Amino acid sequence: MNDKNSIKVVDRNAIDGIISLLKSEGFITVGPTLRDKTIIYDEIENTSELPIGWTDEQEAGHYRIKRRNDEALFGYNVGPHSWKKYLFPPKLELFEANKNGKSFEIKTILTDTTKYAFIGVRSCELHAIQIQDKVFNNWQYKDPNYVSLRDRTFIIAVNCTQAGKTCFCASMDTGPRAKKGFDLSITEVINPNEHYFVVESGSDKGEDILSKVETNFATEEQIFKADAEIDSASRNMGRALITDGIKDLLMNNMEHPQWNDVAARCLTCANCTMVCPTCFCNNVEDVNDISGNHTERWRKWDSCFSLDFSKVAGGNFRTSPKARYRQWMTHKLASWIDQFGTSGCVGCGRCITWCPVGIDITKEVKAIQDNPVN
Amino acid sequence: MTFIEGNNPLLPAETNTIITDPMIPNLFTIKKIFWETDDTFTIEIESHDKSSFNFKPGQFNMLYVFGMGESAISICSDPAKNKTILHTIHRVGNVTSKLSQLKKGDTIGVRGPFGSNWDVTKFYGKDVVIVVGGIGLAPLRPAIYSIFKERKKFNRIIILYGARTALDLLYRVELEHWSKTKNVEVLTTIDRGDSSWRGNIGVVTNLFNYIKLDAMNTYSMVCGPEIMMKFSIEELVKLGVEEKNIYLSLERNMKCAIGFCGHCQYTSKFICKDGPVFNYSQVKDIFNLYEV
Repeated sequence: MNDKNSIKVVDRNAIDGIISLLKSEGFITVGPTLRDKTIIYDEIENTSELPIGWTDEQEAGHYRIKRRNDEALFGYNVGPHSWKKYLFPPKLELFEANKNGKSFEIKTILTDTTKYAFIGVRSCELHAIQIQDKVFNNWQYKDPNYVSLRDRTFIIAVNCTQAGKTCFCASMDTGPRAKKGFDLSITEVINPNEHYFVVESGSDKGEDILSKVETNFATEEQIFKADAEIDSASRNMGRALITDGIKDLLMNNMEHPQWNDVAARCLTCANCTMVCPTCFCNNVEDVNDISGNHTERWRKWDSCFSLDFSKVAGGNFRTSPKARYRQWMTHKLASWIDQFGTSGCVGCGRCITWCPVGIDITKEVKAIQDNPVN
Repeated sequence: MTFIEGNNPLLPAETNTIITDPMIPNLFTIKKIFWETDDTFTIEIESHDKSSFNFKPGQFNMLYVFGMGESAISICSDPAKNKTILHTIHRVGNVTSKLSQLKKGDTIGVRGPFGSNWDVTKFYGKDVVIVVGGIGLAPLRPAIYSIFKERKKFNRIIILYGARTALDLLYRVELEHWSKTKNVEVLTTIDRGDSSWRGNIGVVTNLFNYIKLDAMNTYSMVCGPEIMMKFSIEELVKLGVEEKNIYLSLERNMKCAIGFCGHCQYTSKFICKDGPVFNYSQVKDIFNLYEV
């Protein structure tokens, strides 16, 4: 963390300056942008492509964008996309093979060396990226594509100054302030009299970029106002989750009647796993050409909600919606802790917002917490 | 998207880190392929570059068939022999059906070995009870070979083996051979017999009626369908075998074998890398839950 003397303040032009500097260094600059009445992540050229003056309204099974009464650049929370679509692409070719008589040859795919600059990564999302690091870049096995992309990624975090109705990062200790894992972090302060961005660098690379745009030292008042905005987000979380003892609670209540209750509502549509920034399950598919001499192996996102997920030759281990929902939630909040030393949930609230029937993970946990059977 | 020249597993020129892509199979030649039963066959394979392949009993490989996909199959040969390895495969799905049609000289892809193993050195000086159902004998055969290699270090060996019919019994010549060895008991049973069958009929747990266990000095390895393992373990525990002395091998859908794909999760375990072989006391709490 920087000491207060090195905290800078910049205007919107400087942010555009940072984006164009990154572009000139070969980065693909990606950030939030408006599409189909949704704030998603895509390539952006400059700040004018950000959802300026827009915000989002979120509730269980509900997402709407609304006009703000100001021109804030980052005045919204997270949408259905997460950064995993870049680091862990929904579709990835693993290898190709060509027949060669009785044998075949495997042609490996070159590792993706795109340099991404992520602009507007929220604290919950930074944690999500660090969680996926533990999956795809662990001591035992490494996904070369993930490692390649991840090593090159430049991250500009944005501290949340407002919380959505489905947000609960404060409960998960993953926000709203970005503490580490970024190159630059930005806090936007906007009111009728002023509009500025408090910027801190979190890496040498970030420091270097920041030194190349026009900055001023932030005054104590400017920092105070920015901190107050983040504190206010922290106090206004739309949801809360009590995490004390959650692992044992869920593992000891695998036959709790609440699983049947949620199973009666769950459509097993897999939306929650698609929008979740940490869900990493994937499948492999073989695609052949018509000659039968050429084949490709593709990795695709998969979900523990799909029926085939746990299918083996002799049958299927998890057919009931109850078993599939229970697998997802106990993995996310409990067994993940054993597997990776951290919860799999960052409190971003996407699974609540994007569930078509509005199932709320915080309420499901509370139902078990209030009436545990074991 | 931009790509750098070079081969995967080549990583960023900038960092000069070379990471072996764990999803790329190595090429192996089929040296032999033969049927063990009506629907179960064995392949002997050797690496294209003739390099040796070291593994431990109970570990498995991902076998890739061109254009069809991969299947997780345990290695069933003697771990002391590493020039070629054997896989006994039950023909049940697309990949295993295609595998069964391959010929000597054909090529398959192999990733592995993966997973935990039967550590028979833990059983030195003890009785070993091996309880097997169906194809479950394949992943246990390397452990049996290892035991026979150091036969004197173990006390009694008891193999209880259940199959569907007499014709489904695997490795019959070896079973015969093992059963004639001193201090080794091999008991078989089948679900359905015809008039030519003079042996036992019924589930494998029936065989416990015919053996006398020195329970306090017994270690056990169990492999077969989950329901068969459940009842076999119950029986072992009832007879006084300590839970911590029981090992079992679990099965789940596997796509990557390296903990990336999530398919084989068994609450906090990944069957592919934490298993497939577990000590019963490690999984006891979840083993009796339905649909985990």
